[in-house]
Amino acid sequence: MARLVVLGGGVSGHTAATFAAEWLGSEHEVVVVTPNAKWNWIPSNIWVGVGQMTKEEVTFDLAPVYAKAGIIYHQAKALGIHPEGNETSDKPYVVVESTEAGSAGKIENIEYDYLINATGPKLNFAATPGLGDANGLGEFTVSVCTADHAVHASEELHKCIQTMKAGKRQKFLIGTGHGMCTCQGAAFEYIFNIEHELNKAGVRDMADIKWISNESFLGDFGVGGLHMKAMGFAVSSKIFAESLFAERNVDWIIGAHVNKVEKGKAHYELLDGSMGEEEFDFSMLIPPFAGVGLKAINKAGEDITATVFAPNGFMKVDANYAAGAYENWKASDWPSTYQNPTYGNLFACGIAFAPPHPISKPMSSPNGTPITPTPPRTGMPSGIMGKAVAHSVCDRILKGPDAPLHEASMAHMGAACVASAGKGLFTGTAAAMTIYPVVPDFEKYPGTGRDTEYTFGEIGLAGHWIKHILHHLFIWKAKLKPGWTLIPE
Amino acid sequence: MSKYGEKNIKAYGNNFTTMTPGPVAKFLRTCVIFQFIRFIFINIKMLVVVSKSH
Repeated sequence: MARLVVLGGGVSGHTAATFAAEWLGSEHEVVVVTPNAKWNWIPSNIWVGVGQMTKEEVTFDLAPVYAKAGIIYHQAKALGIHPEGNETSDKPYVVVESTEAGSAGKIENIEYDYLINATGPKLNFAATPGLGDANGLGEFTVSVCTADHAVHASEELHKCIQTMKAGKRQKFLIGTGHGMCTCQGAAFEYIFNIEHELNKAGVRDMADIKWISNESFLGDFGVGGLHMKAMGFAVSSKIFAESLFAERNVDWIIGAHVNKVEKGKAHYELLDGSMGEEEFDFSMLIPPFAGVGLKAINKAGEDITATVFAPNGFMKVDANYAAGAYENWKASDWPSTYQNPTYGNLFACGIAFAPPHPISKPMSSPNGTPITPTPPRTGMPSGIMGKAVAHSVCDRILKGPDAPLHEASMAHMGAACVASAGKGLFTGTAAAMTIYPVVPDFEKYPGTGRDTEYTFGEIGLAGHWIKHILHHLFIWKAKLKPGWTLIPE
Repeated sequence: MSKYGEKNIKAYGNNFTTMTPGPVAKFLRTCVIFQFIRFIFINIKMLVVVSKSH
């Protein structure tokens, strides 16, 4: 009997664990270690953040789902990996600390034959003074990164709406809270959902809404932008993004590293080196991501964290980390199997793997401050790589340790993305986009780096319907309800 | 819908060089019949990309 341990129960970890349990059957063990008691469909947190959904609609309890799937579930956070075992045993193990009520703080070792690291990110609010506390519920800004954060954001938003109804103008500042953030798409969705809700509440004319982000141009989204076919042209996402901002009367600041937040004021540095500050009454700024701080220890008890993990805390995999300058970047730098180069039974997927470099061209201010979106590894690619890694592990368990690994490079896969711009069965809109491949391949697709036959986007009510259907479809899939394996990632 | 998005453009401001949708484009965005057709089209496009990615 072999044991697969999966760290993390988000999109990538949950996908990997549930498919592995399905493919391995009861002959082998699948263990999930995640500090959360609930699964969260994060894309719908946007609607929780404007009061259009409840926390209960975007979350569900993990324990009964894992019990049904025959998965052993530990509500705990991983502290360290011992890939060589210790002085008394060669068996590798992970050290976990319980987060479950009643046993919180209890330390336990869990042995494994294969380990999938899918912890997701640490929301690094501390990188920007004033952005948030350890729980992300800051004094000055709000967040929609978790369902609880989104509930808080909604409460603060509705206080502002009441203030506007009482006749006082309000300033909204939405975007990224650091020069090295990712997830611009989530902030993009939130700013337009706020604008939509203010319209519905009849107070749009009392609001000044501004975007602030680390993108060097609007529509970069951490993927270096994309070109879409429209009206016979290959049109940059910059044009479409600017058009939507103009139409909705939302101003923007781009190329910005927010370096400090105070009550009602954000301080920032721009790519040209100049400093500025922006006042606000309501602000949602996405924090930068970091690894969750896992340690790696060898058999002798020595710290080998720098061998297993990149400096940002994400796990090294089969990527080319020595690509160097932007001019040398290639699509082949991106990992395909997500296997750790030092320990063959270690894998990392989703946000937990260390990307070789950003996708957007790296930029910094004359003061040396890096202001570059970091690459997104969420959503559809995250699920696909989780499934591929689970497939590899299952093959190695069932067919032998030399079974070939499955591949899911972001340079060879596409992604479908639906960015909400307002909720409503007949009044909602969303930008429905596909991008192929996620990481541009300028050798295969000279010029734009992508296949414009499969890279497209448009905004409308149809996109909103798709986003709403996907909400129910993916929660159905995550709950392992009938037919769940037929729903693609 | 007076002048749609055009009224928001500020001369030589951030949004001076972009495009803004006209009345037909705006109407079609929430026209149920048109959007139902687009719904089918977008789903097919997405399924093709999903199938190429697995």
